[in-house]
Order: sequence, then C-alpha cells, then structure tokens
Amino acid sequence: MSEPRHQQQVRLPPEAPLKRRPRTAFDWSSATVAVVVVVSAAVVYWRDGQAKFLEILVSDFHLFIDILPKVLAACLIASFVAVLMPRAAVQRWVGAESGVLGILIATLAGVICPGGPITIFPVAAAFVAIGADVGAAIAFITSWTLLGYSRILVWELPFFGGEFVFWRTVVSIPLPIVAGLLTRFVIVRYLRGSGGP
Amino acid sequence: MIYLVDGFLWLVALALGAIAASRGRQVLRDSVKEGAVDCLRLIPRIMLGVIGSGYIAALLPHEVVGRWLGADSGVMGLCIAVLGGAVTPGGPVIGFSIAAAALKGGAGTPQVIAYTVAWALFAFQRMFLWEIPVMPQRLVWLRVIASLPLPFLAAAGAMLIGKP
Repeated sequence: MSEPRHQQQVRLPPEAPLKRRPRTAFDWSSATVAVVVVVSAAVVYWRDGQAKFLEILVSDFHLFIDILPKVLAACLIASFVAVLMPRAAVQRWVGAESGVLGILIATLAGVICPGGPITIFPVAAAFVAIGADVGAAIAFITSWTLLGYSRILVWELPFFGGEFVFWRTVVSIPLPIVAGLLTRFVIVRYLRGSGGP
Repeated sequence: MIYLVDGFLWLVALALGAIAASRGRQVLRDSVKEGAVDCLRLIPRIMLGVIGSGYIAALLPHEVVGRWLGADSGVMGLCIAVLGGAVTPGGPVIGFSIAAAALKGGAGTPQVIAYTVAWALFAFQRMFLWEIPVMPQRLVWLRVIASLPLPFLAAAGAMLIGKP
C-alpha cells in the first residue's frame, strides 16, 4: 500500500478510529494494576511467608517465559496484517456495510485464529485501523475469547473435562453474533451524529 | 498441544512474513521492526499480568466461591458470578481453576458458566493491561457494553437446554 496516509483515512468508515493509539511502555491503567499487584504480593508475603511468595513467583515466571514467544508472534502478525491486508477486501467482507455476513465471517475468524486472549487485541485493532467494522471486530474478539479452539483445548479442557466444556461452548456459539449486532445497534442508535463526520 | 498452538501461531507469522518479503525488503523490515517494538513495549505489562496475577489469585477466597455460586443462588448468584469473573485476574489458568474448584464445591453449572464467560470477557486486570493500552478507547468501551448481557445469556442457554 503505497498511497499517502491522508487518502487512506478518508476512505475509512466513520466509526473506525483513524490512527492506532501510540503504545507506551507504561501508563495509568498499568500503574493501577501495578499497585494492586504490589499490595497483593506484600499481603501474600506477610500472610503466607517467604516460601509461598517465592513459589508463586517461580511458577508465574515460567508462565511468563512461555507466553513471550506467543506475544512476539502476535505483534508480528498484527503489523503484517496492517501492511498486507488489502483494504478493499477488508472493507467489503467485514466493513461497515458487510451486514450480518460480516459478523458471521468475523466470528468464524475468531474460532480458527490461533493464540489466546493476550494476543487478540493488537490484531483486532489492526483490522479496525484498516477499515473493518467495529461490530465485526467485537464479534471477532468475543468469538476468539469464548470459542477459540486453542484456549479451549489447552486450558479449559484439563480443568473441566469434556461434557462441561462441550455445553459451555455450545451455549456460547451465538454470543459473538449477539455482541456484534449489539455493537452496531449502539453505534446506530446512540453514536451516529456524535462521533462520525 | 500447547506447542502445536504456538507452532501454528508462528506458522501464520512466518507465512505473512514471506508475503511481506515478496513485496519488498523494506516492507518486511519495517513491519518486523514495528511488531518487535510493540512486543518490547508490552513486556512490562506481560510481567505485571502473568507474575502479578498469581499473587492476586492467592488472595481470592476460593472456598467461599462455591457457596456463593450455589445451584439455588438464582439471579443473585449469576450477578455475583459475573462480578466475580470481572475481578478475577486474567491469565490463562486462574479463572478456570477457580471455576473448576467452585464446580466441585457445589456451585450450579449455569452460575459457573456465567463466571467463566464473564472472566473471559471482562477480567478487569486484563482489560486494564491489554485492551485499554493497545486498542482505540472507543472500541474498548463499545465491547464492554456489547458484552454485558453475554454471561447472562450463556447461563440462560445452559438452563434452557438443561445441560451440562
């Protein structure tokens, strides 16, 4: 995509944000979590002793190392998507005019995309930045969160066993579609005229 | 299984990388750089999220959760389940392990389903660490509004079909 930036922005649908938010290493929302974490860690240390404190630290550090490559892969995918995805196709299939089909496509995409909840947000933001409808993006996030196969197989199944997970998944199938349609409803009913040009 | 998922994720990244490379070396270099810088900026958050959630989870009263979400706790139980899911820290394991313990402790399945769905959708800590920093604000709060009914719908669905 070699066209100038301002032209791309003009073609974006009104509810799409025009720019990716600048990402900083730290911000107020992370600082809030940091305070909660430090207080919790202090309480654990004080209440359960040093051994328990270290045990949690070591096991979560392993998890952290496990997750790092996934996050790198997700960030790379997001930045490739932003450059490579043909905008016309994105707008046609999951854009503002894509209707229920766009939400169904987004839901299906959420089911088959690899990764977990930590990796979805940069990818979803990239799609919205290149012209995907907000309703479709939210259907995509919801579907990835609730129906994504990797989370179900790797994390949920070992805890609950087949029957619970099967029925939990069945009752969740309509939910991404509901969320996507509800998003569009909120935009049309309450936000048209206030946010768009 | 987890390696398979990791592998697939990297396969997608490499395939996209190959396409980017075919568009020119500059395209590849720029996008790899942008992705890597994004990842570096996210590292403090991942540390906070993953390492911190263990401490928050250690403070949650696991044994009372089962009692709160009892099978006859009704709509009130559902509301507690949704709120409980939201305050449970994110990360891949914590919500599931608490929910599984609650199930064994006599919680009703619709309530546990509402809890896991709410946790998956709204865990505050995950929203603060991930969603708010990396997505446009409008997208975040629209998603929260649109997702509010979902845990209740999931529980209603489970009651309706009488499973699991």
